[in-house]
Amino acid sequence: MLHVPGDPVTAVTVQVEINKLRYGENLILGFSIGGGIDQDPGQNPFSEDKCDKGIYVTNLTPDGPAEKAGLRMGDKIMQANGWDMTMVTHDKARKILTKKKENVVRLLVTRKSLEEAVKHSMCKWTKQ
Amino acid sequence: MDTESNYSGYSYYSGRSRGSHRHGERSRDRHKSRSKDSRSEKSVTINTPPAEPLLGDSSVRGEQVQDDNWGETTTAVTGTSEHSLSQEDIVRITKDLEDSVGLDCRRYFTLTLAVILGLLVFLTPLAFLVLPHLLWPEKLQSCGTACEGLFISVAFKLLILLLAVWALFFRPPRAGLPRVFVFRALLAVLVLLFVVSYWLFYGVRILDSQDENYQGIVQYAVSLVDALLFIHYLAIVLLELRQLRPCFSVCVTRSTDGETRHYNLGQLSIQRAALAILEHYYCDFPVHNPALLSASKSRAAKHLAGLKVYNVDGPGNNAAAGLAHSQSRAMIAAAARRRDTSHNELYYEEAEHERRVRKRKARLVVAVEEAFTHIKRMQEEEQKKAPGDVMDPREAAQAIFPSMARALQKYLRTTKQQHCHSMESIQQHLAFCITNNMTPKAFLESYLTSGPTLQYSRDHWLARQWTLISEASVTSGLKDGSVFLLKCVDFGLVATARKIPYIQMSEEYIDPKSHKFVLRLQSETSV
Repeated sequence: MLHVPGDPVTAVTVQVEINKLRYGENLILGFSIGGGIDQDPGQNPFSEDKCDKGIYVTNLTPDGPAEKAGLRMGDKIMQANGWDMTMVTHDKARKILTKKKENVVRLLVTRKSLEEAVKHSMCKWTKQ
Repeated sequence: MDTESNYSGYSYYSGRSRGSHRHGERSRDRHKSRSKDSRSEKSVTINTPPAEPLLGDSSVRGEQVQDDNWGETTTAVTGTSEHSLSQEDIVRITKDLEDSVGLDCRRYFTLTLAVILGLLVFLTPLAFLVLPHLLWPEKLQSCGTACEGLFISVAFKLLILLLAVWALFFRPPRAGLPRVFVFRALLAVLVLLFVVSYWLFYGVRILDSQDENYQGIVQYAVSLVDALLFIHYLAIVLLELRQLRPCFSVCVTRSTDGETRHYNLGQLSIQRAALAILEHYYCDFPVHNPALLSASKSRAAKHLAGLKVYNVDGPGNNAAAGLAHSQSRAMIAAAARRRDTSHNELYYEEAEHERRVRKRKARLVVAVEEAFTHIKRMQEEEQKKAPGDVMDPREAAQAIFPSMARALQKYLRTTKQQHCHSMESIQQHLAFCITNNMTPKAFLESYLTSGPTLQYSRDHWLARQWTLISEASVTSGLKDGSVFLLKCVDFGLVATARKIPYIQMSEEYIDPKSHKFVLRLQSETSV
């Protein structure tokens, strides 16, 4: 599903609300991100389209706040607290997620299984 | 009942058994026992029937002739005799005799032709200049300054021509080739025609009409010498320069042990290419050692000997063709099944041999190093002070040789090189190494690796007479895919020529300013 630049992006998303955990001096979320418009999209193992420069979840600490909230590895983050994450640099994404004044981060994430679940359920509905 | 034969070096034959089908098996036995025979080891030799008095120890190789007296011969164990001639030696001697006579005749014939042509070429300009003075001296115009200048020019050009011809043609011949050397023959014919046409012109226009213009005659002679120099230039280009540019890659393989080398040759005729290959052969290929081939021959003999095919139905059978075909297939199938054990034997035998060689080599190296420590070079002053026990290199070599002789002999025997090196040659080599301050390792190098054929003594050159076998005519040029064979008494060299391809090269210009790079990262940050 190649995305042509300029076209609107449509995706099935799910909201994930993560409460930041205090770890010493820092507030951590418990996952790692990769990607960004200044990075090489060809090396992203999780993206379907190798030109996709979005932010992806590349690592998840087990039993961390992110995993408990329902985030999974390979998820693409579309929005974080209202801020767009599809066209940001890697550093900007990091800054958006690690604001010291915020304790909660609400992410809109998309994954392939969501699309398929929707298709599956739509199929069932049309059959009925 | 028929006697059994065991597959060792000894074979027993009884006078009683004479079945026709046993002959084949026996000849294989004979072949096998002979192949294990080598001059320096004691072996069993079999006296052949007295019909062949020339052969002392009967080393007739590979003859499978059915001899009716064969079954009746009894064995006799003799030692190897020192003065026996083998069949090979006889063949070689007769060949040498008959070929040397023929070759010399041809060589002298071409030499005399060349000398006659050379004399004709050199004396012609001088004759042109001298004849008018002899035949009509009164009528001749006197030679002016320009004319005398031309004399000097003729003299020097003739001198240059003489030197050039000596440099190009009067070199000792490298070889005798089977067919005429085409380019040389063509050049000789060209020169002859040229000189004859000049003489014709001279005879008709100058001698007959008795021309008085001496300067014109001198200029005519000068033009002859100039043209001869140009023909010499043509000769250089055709004979020497044309084949310098490599055009073919020739792969040369020795038929007995598979040693292969590749050579680059230019555009040559097949006989000249064969000559170039043979000269490289003597310098590059390691010496041919027939003792190294005995192992594979004995394996082959074992393969054949293990399967016996009995023709029960007799030779006149109609279905013999089909039967023979199925029999051979059966043999091959049986052989394929039997081969399961022989590769195992080969593997262990080779590993064992390797170990043995390495052990002997270690002992040899230690012995030689120790022997070399006993010798010390004396300085000049010491020589004058103590003239007591001073030895020259040869005596020094003889003094330390006995301590390493045994280890060296054993090593050479293990690697089957003992017939390549005589005691005399080893001592000579040792004296040579001592004189030139060589280390023990340098001394041993010539025994550890087998060098090219030229390094060994004359009797190991093994072949001075080579036969060229080729399907295409030997004076035709090399082509892509030409194959020819060079045979000598013991082995053959198979040569295959491959043309070096035509290379089409094109150019591409890359602006140095266009070399630009981007950094492609994929970093991961934990949040």
